[in-house]
Amino acid sequence: MELNVLAAGVTMGLASIGAGIGVGVLGSKFIEAAARQPELIPMLRGQFFLMMGLTDAVPMIGVGLGMYMLFAI
Amino acid sequence: MATELTTESYIGHHLTNLTCGKTPDGWTCDPYMVDKMGFWAFHVDSLFWSILLGALFITIFRLGIPKSTDSAPSGLQNIVEMCIEFVNDNVQSLFGSVKNTLIAPLALTVFVWILFMNLMDLVPVDFLPVLAGHIAYIVAGDSVGWISSPESFYFKVVPTTDPNITLGMAFAIFVLTIYYSITVKGPKAFIAELTLHPFGKWLIPVNFILEMVNFIAKPISLGLRLFGNLYAGEMIFILIALMLFFGSIPIGIMGFGLHLVWALFHILIVALQAFIFMALTIAYLAMAHETEEH
Repeated sequence: MELNVLAAGVTMGLASIGAGIGVGVLGSKFIEAAARQPELIPMLRGQFFLMMGLTDAVPMIGVGLGMYMLFAI
Repeated sequence: MATELTTESYIGHHLTNLTCGKTPDGWTCDPYMVDKMGFWAFHVDSLFWSILLGALFITIFRLGIPKSTDSAPSGLQNIVEMCIEFVNDNVQSLFGSVKNTLIAPLALTVFVWILFMNLMDLVPVDFLPVLAGHIAYIVAGDSVGWISSPESFYFKVVPTTDPNITLGMAFAIFVLTIYYSITVKGPKAFIAELTLHPFGKWLIPVNFILEMVNFIAKPISLGLRLFGNLYAGEMIFILIALMLFFGSIPIGIMGFGLHLVWALFHILIVALQAFIFMALTIAYLAMAHETEEH
């Protein structure tokens, strides 16, 4: 068995766990805040997407590096 | 080299740049000479597309500015004004009262340029490489030895899936951050910020190491974030395209649907990543202008 396949799997899996928790917390807080003050939703949505993009980037970097391990090395 | 088309060769073909460089025998673009090129190796396809799209950005925004303001704004002018207003709002909300006339044009360039480069991801993965391969074969197939068939010509279309482009942009921002830190805060305050921050003056080496990690991580994460997102997106397009090639007809039809779904979802990532790169550029430069003590 080639170890780079395993390495890519571990990279992507651990990165997705972290980002899953992160986006979950972010989403719950967003909905909480939106329920508390619905008039702030447009502003909150912008900030939510910005933070989601930042959090989302972590597993994406993991996927990128994992694919790099699989196909480019 | 007309090798047999396998999964690995197909993916590898899409992930290899057209590299031109200086070998001991002179300049060449032969993909089998890449190991001998050393420092003077250029990814010509990334450079070509990024410069072309930069020129397109400048042309569109120049054409969008009307000669006279009497008539009602046309379609293109509306788009240009929307972009400028959007960037201006972001700069003002993040930058506050600091007077710096470079930041807003820089942010606009970063945003639109990266958006254009990312949008090349939505062009079907095989279209431009195959087209470029056939053109190169027709033009130079007889005279250049290594173009033995259209398939032997590597061509990678999306510049932001090349880490050299994204990290290059990120480090350009990093240099600007250092420049403004030194000119606005003064060298003394800048060094104090790097050495005195978390633990006070008795632990200067520890402070320095911690702050240095923080400092270097900024441009690297900025560049890798954009690269990782676009590389992963491109990779998924390639994997879906593989379904069309090597699966049966039902799998091919499913692949078509998946292409559509992923392309629609990818529009979000494309725009979001361009926006995040711009927002972080502004935020880092704003941090370089902050003068108050912590």
